[in-house]
Order: sequence, then structure tokens, then C-alpha cells
Amino acid sequence: MHQVVSSDELQVAPRATPNRLVRGWYLLTKRARSPTPYLTAFGILLWVFVYWLLCEGLKLPRFVKLPGPITVLSEWLSPHPQQGISIFTPEYYLHIYISCRRIFIAFCIATSIGVPLGLVMGWSRTFRDYTFPILETLRPIPILAWVPLAILMFSGYETPVIFLATLASVFVTTLNTMLGVQSIDEAYFRAAGCLGSSRWDVFRHVVVPGALPFIFTGLQISVGVAWFSLVAAEMVSGDFGLGYLILSSYMNGVTVPMVIAMLTLGFVGWFTSAMVRFVGNRLMQWHARALALQGR
Amino acid sequence: MKHADMSLEFNGSSSMPTPGALTIRDVVKIYDPEGVNIMAVDHCSMKITPGEFCMIVGPSGCGKTTLLNAIAGFHSITSGEIFLDGKLLCGPGKPIAAQGADRIVVFQNGALFPWKTLAENVAYGPMVQGVLSKRNALEKAHEMLAEAGLGEFGGKYPGEVSSGMARRAEIVRALINKPKVLLLDEPYRAMDGLTKSIMHEALLEVYDRTKVTIFFITHDLEEAIFLGDRVYVLTTRPCRLKKVVNVDIPRPRNYEVLSSEQFRLLIEETRDAVHEEAIKAFQLGERELA
Amino acid sequence: MASVGEVSRPIGVARSRRSFLRRTLGRQEFWRGCVAIMVFLALWEIGSRSGEWFGYTLPYVGLLPPPSDVAVAWSKVLMKWGYWESWYQSFKRVLTGFIVAQIIGIPFGLMLAINKYFRDIFFPPFEALRPIPPLAWVPASLIFWPTNEMSIAFVTFLGAFFTIVINVLGGARTVDVRYLRAAQSMGANNWHLFWRIVLPGILPSIFTGAAVGMGITWEVVVAAEMISSGGTQGGGGLGFFIWNSYMGGSIPQIVVGMISIGIAGYLSSTVIRMIGHRAMPWRNLF
Repeated sequence: MHQVVSSDELQVAPRATPNRLVRGWYLLTKRARSPTPYLTAFGILLWVFVYWLLCEGLKLPRFVKLPGPITVLSEWLSPHPQQGISIFTPEYYLHIYISCRRIFIAFCIATSIGVPLGLVMGWSRTFRDYTFPILETLRPIPILAWVPLAILMFSGYETPVIFLATLASVFVTTLNTMLGVQSIDEAYFRAAGCLGSSRWDVFRHVVVPGALPFIFTGLQISVGVAWFSLVAAEMVSGDFGLGYLILSSYMNGVTVPMVIAMLTLGFVGWFTSAMVRFVGNRLMQWHARALALQGR
Repeated sequence: MKHADMSLEFNGSSSMPTPGALTIRDVVKIYDPEGVNIMAVDHCSMKITPGEFCMIVGPSGCGKTTLLNAIAGFHSITSGEIFLDGKLLCGPGKPIAAQGADRIVVFQNGALFPWKTLAENVAYGPMVQGVLSKRNALEKAHEMLAEAGLGEFGGKYPGEVSSGMARRAEIVRALINKPKVLLLDEPYRAMDGLTKSIMHEALLEVYDRTKVTIFFITHDLEEAIFLGDRVYVLTTRPCRLKKVVNVDIPRPRNYEVLSSEQFRLLIEETRDAVHEEAIKAFQLGERELA
Repeated sequence: MASVGEVSRPIGVARSRRSFLRRTLGRQEFWRGCVAIMVFLALWEIGSRSGEWFGYTLPYVGLLPPPSDVAVAWSKVLMKWGYWESWYQSFKRVLTGFIVAQIIGIPFGLMLAINKYFRDIFFPPFEALRPIPPLAWVPASLIFWPTNEMSIAFVTFLGAFFTIVINVLGGARTVDVRYLRAAQSMGANNWHLFWRIVLPGILPSIFTGAAVGMGITWEVVVAAEMISSGGTQGGGGLGFFIWNSYMGGSIPQIVVGMISIGIAGYLSSTVIRMIGHRAMPWRNLF
């Protein structure tokens, strides 16, 4: 009688995996030998060089009004900055902190509203039929167009700003979550049904994990959108924060803090996005591993 | 009681209903996408005894998947009845069968939850029905996976194992719930010949052990005769029963059966019927309705 | 052997030619959507008039202008030339920035996708600048460019540019290498490969990038109009219209402006989608 052989019965030599140190060194030297990191460095230096050339080197007519990289860098690193902002001044960190705090609050509120809402909208056809039209009607309205209404509805400076960032994020999160649920293959729902799941089981074990990849993509986008709206809102009606810093520096004629704030914004925006991506990858080991095996 | 009468009539035995007797009576299924009536199943009738390994063979798009979906409870039927052990699954009084762990489907492209490990997938059924606690379910899952030769891979995700292993795990996931009927919808369609032959032997071994009623859909006649007890040949859409062939090859079977005289004769007996339908389907340009 | 003519189809009716309108009206989702919008408007009306009707003003909703007032304000403003002028101004800005972004962005994205060295050099600076919100560029842009218009156009361009490049890059990665190999085996040269395989393969991503970029463009234009009108000269446009209404105290007109922009944005995206459908007929089959 022919039996299917199990893998423990087969005499297979144990696979030799190199230890982590050896592997790490190999990857490092492999990278160093490829042209990529050198080209990357070259690209960044090229860009900085062109920037310097235009603003300080050649002092071209309009470019000269903008501060060049040397000016920006020297201000940024000096303990007594002429124009008020450097890594040594507390105001710098205050602005960063306030903007980040607003983003954090907006992101938390938006996620706790958007994800559940999106999950239910994706799962229940009836609910979606009644709520999706309202979402789609409100979504095309640009976030900044809400500024006057936000000022009317909410008192003070903080709340309207946070409201605008939250609003932008909610739209993106809800939409992406809903699409995530809808993208789940019908076969998984059917399989779960066959195995005797209740509706709650299906929600917990199929809908939520199945939509997770889309949800995290949506969360990354929503952080970006939140920053976008926050900066705009801070410029229009803020009292602190990086967006406000940019505008007020412009108004006061000091251009270096303006550039510093822009670059800081870029960095912080990237960092928050990367954090979301990192958390996503940790939560979705199965997805990361499957993608890795496909070579992506 | 009406249902008790039915069981007498169809099973032939009187008191205890034997598990896994599937009766399909005069089933008709008409789809209506975008206002065009498409008849998928045309008065199909079958009587499947408990523990029978039943193979359904037909060309692409003929409606065999529709039949399976109706049995599993994924959609309704337009007329006719389907009984399981004398109980009405779906019919005029009850268009859609309730989904439950007595008829479990193994899907064509595999439906192991990608976000759960193999062991978690297998443990899902008992855990969710409350039959076993999570820890016990996982233990049992590991046991059954080891029996099926997948002992090392319990902790891996479906995306990390080969499709053959994933399909075997899916069958284990179904069997841990001791279903009455195991419904297989062309599960080995996407596999290469070598993997397929291993899967066949694995399935035969499982069947010999558990003797569960199997309802297996395929378009491959050789697979059908190699595996099954009885082969039902269906026509192209709308499908009707064209021919029934009893496969008398004794069990346990192995790959040597494939070169035996009995096998060859059975293939010859059935081949023309299948070939005819295949040509019709090809000329009509049937697309597999997913 | 059975022939085709012998296969009987007992039920198989010719496709009923229901018009788009009839199909839409027949759909359940459509009516549910109407109900949803009615309920939304009703709640809004009741909430915003809570002060008048119930004597107690609801916290946030109560401060909004009611839809009925908005409708009245809108009917009045439709007659004024200035309103339509704002439409024209905003559209002009959106289109300029958007089209320039596509003209520069698509080739840039394609170059990044095709040439590895180009990508290694130019992608890092691109990625470094991308997280900076377009609006953060407004003051720098105002300093740099001679006129207000050009600064707004530049910022608009930036918004759409980053989006379209990312989408083209992503789309290029998904072009199945087997299509390229099939073409090569049939004797295609690099030129053919690019124009007939890669470009049509990327077309869906280009249109997705365009649709998303269009949304961002509108956001930026409205924001820029509001910000720059807070400064020196107001340049017209719907953003300015809203800000003006707010400053002037005609609150319902704010909402009129908001809805107008929403409609304008929706129309723009629809036009892009329609162009996409014509350009990619193979996508409509399924």
C-alpha cells in the first residue's frame, strides 16, 4: 500500500543558514559594491550643489531672494541665530511639537472613526447604500474650503485646525478601508461560512484581517493628507506650528526660518508616514512574508 | 413528518439516517444577470449514497460549479430540491441552504485564510463553533497536519508554502470538522501533473481513512475514474445528466491502477460522451463562469 | 458529432436594451442614495435652525447656515457675473497647473521607470522633497515668482507633479515582463517596446495618477486662492469667493462656494475618467 511520505521520514540534510552576522556583512558589502548608494549620494549632492549655485553661487536674479543652502545650514546650526530659529532655540521645537501633537490627535480621531465606519460600509450593502452617497458628495469639497465653516462652528484656534486635518483623514481612511473590505475575495467569506462561523466570527476573522493591507495603505495616505491640511490650516488661521512658522516668517521678511520649517516639515512628514508603514508591516507578517517571497 | 418520509424513500433504511446521503432532485437554476436569462442547470437529478466518492465531469462553464454552490448554500436554486440525509437543504420552501459545517467546500484557487498560519486555519472550524477551546483546537490541528505529512509547516502562512501543501492543508481544515459531505470544486485544476498525482494519492489515503462522502467536480476524466466510485457526466450548459458510470476498481487504489486494463476500459466507455460535450463547449466558446 | 445548431437553449433572451437612465432608476442603490441625501439635508436644516425653532442652539450644527438659506443665496448669485468669473479663474488655474504637471511629470516618471541610473540619481532628491506639503511652498513661491498667478501655478504644478510621477513609477513596475518578452520575440525594437507595450501598460496608472492629481490640484488652488487673497491682491477664483463671503459676512454664500467647488472638482475628475475610458477601450470589457 502506497503511503504518502511525510517530511520527517525523508532523509534530508539540514539546511545550513548563515548566522545573522555573516548575512549582514554580506548584504552590506553587496550594497557597497553596487553603484546604487554612490549614485544616490551623487544625486543628493548634485541637487544641493545646483541649489547653492542658483541661490548663492551665481546669484541669479530671482533666486538670490531665496536663502541658499549654506545660509540655511549655518543658521540652523548656530546657537545664536540671526533670524530666530535654529536647533538650539526652544521655539523651533515648540513649533514642531505643536504641529505633531495636532497631527497625532487628528490621526487618532480620524482612524477611530474612519476604520470602523469603513469596515461596516464595506461589509453591509445596506449601510453602504445609505452612507456612501453622503460621503461621495462631501468628499470633492477641498478641505480648505471648510475653513470659514470651521471657524464659525468651533471656537479658538486649535479646534478648527485639528478639525480640518481630521476631516481630510477621515475621508481617506474610510474610503480605503471600505475598498479594502470589498477587495476581499468572496471565497474567503464562503469558506468561513462553510466552517460554521457566525457573522461576528466572519467580521473578526475575515473582514478585519483581510482589509488590513488596504487599511494601512489608507493610513499612510491619511497621514500625508493630514499634514497637507494641517499646514494649510495653520497658514490660514494658526498661532503656532510649522505651517504658521512658514507664513509668519514670510510675512516678517525672514526667509531662513521659512526654509528651515519647510525642510523640517518634509522630514517629519516622512517620519510619521514611515512609522505607520513600520507598524503595518509588523502587524501583517503574513503579507510582508508573502510579498518577500514574490520578490518585491 | 414529511422529512422522515423522505428519508425512508431515499435511503431505503428505516430508523437512523446514515450520514452523508445527498439527494439532488430535478434541480433547475436560472441566472439573470443584466436582464438576460441564462439557464445553468437543467433538471439535474442525482442520488449519492453515504461514503460514496462521487465525481462530476463536464466541460468548462457547464454549470457544475453552480450545482456545487447550491449544495453548499452559496446561492439559491430556481426549482427542484436538494436533500441531505433526508433533510431539505434547499428547495421551493427554502431557496438557500444554510451554510454550516456539515458540507464543507475546498475551493478551486484555495481559500486558506492568508492571514492565519496553517495550524490556525485548520483550528478555525472547531474553535469558531465552540467545539474545542483555542488551545485544544490548535493541538488537534497540529496532530492532523502531521498525519497529512505537513507536521513541520503548521506555523507557516499559506503564502509561504507551495500550492500543493496549501491544498492539502485546506482538506485537513475541512476534515477536522467531520463534515457529512466534502465538496471539492476542481481543487487540482491549477497544478502541474506531478503535484496532481501526489495530491490524488493523498486524497485517496484520506478517503480510505475517513470514508466521508465526497462530491468532486473536475473536467479531467482520468482523474475522475482514478479517484471516484461513480462518475456523472454532465452536458454543456445548461447541464443535464448525460451518463453515469460505476467505477468498480477495488480500494485501496494506487498509481498502478492507471495502467490497468479495467481503468482503460472504463475510460473508453466514458470518453466519447465527455469528448462530445467538450467539442460542443469549445464551439460555443464557453467561458468559465467564475 | 453534435454541431452548434443542435444545442438548444430553452431560455435565452436577446439582451434587453435598457437605457442608462432606466437602469439607474431601477437600481436599489440609487433610491437609497436619494433617501440618504434627503435625510442628511433634513437633519442639517433642523439642526441649523435649532436656535430659531427650539430656542436651544445645537452645539456645532446650530451655527451652520441652513440649506434653505444656501439655496436662496445660490439662486441670487447665479445671476451675478462675478460668480461665473470665479469659476473661470479657478478652472484656468487648475488646468494650467495640471497640464504642465502632466507634461513634465509623465516623461520624468517614465525616465525614472526605464533607466536605472537616472532613477538612482534623481529619485532620492525627488523623494526628499515629496513629503513637503505643496502649500508649504507658497511663501517661497511668492518670493520667487514675479506675479501672484505664477506662484499659484507653480504650487499647483508641484501638487500634481509628485502624484503623477509616483503613479507612473508604480504603474511601470506592474507592466508584466512577459508582454515585453513576447514583443521582443516577435522582433520589436526598443522604440516599439516603449510605445506599444510599456506606454499602454502604464496608461491605467497615468489616469489614476491624473484623477488623484486633479483632486490635489483643486485643493491646492482653493487653498492658494484663500491664502493669497488674505495677502495683497485677490485674484478671483472660487477660493477667493469663499473667503470674500466669509469676510463680507454672507455666510450662506460660503456654502454656495463650497458646493460649487465640489461640483467643479467632480466634473474635472469625471472628464478625466471619460477620457480614460476612450483611451483604454480594453478596460471596459470587464
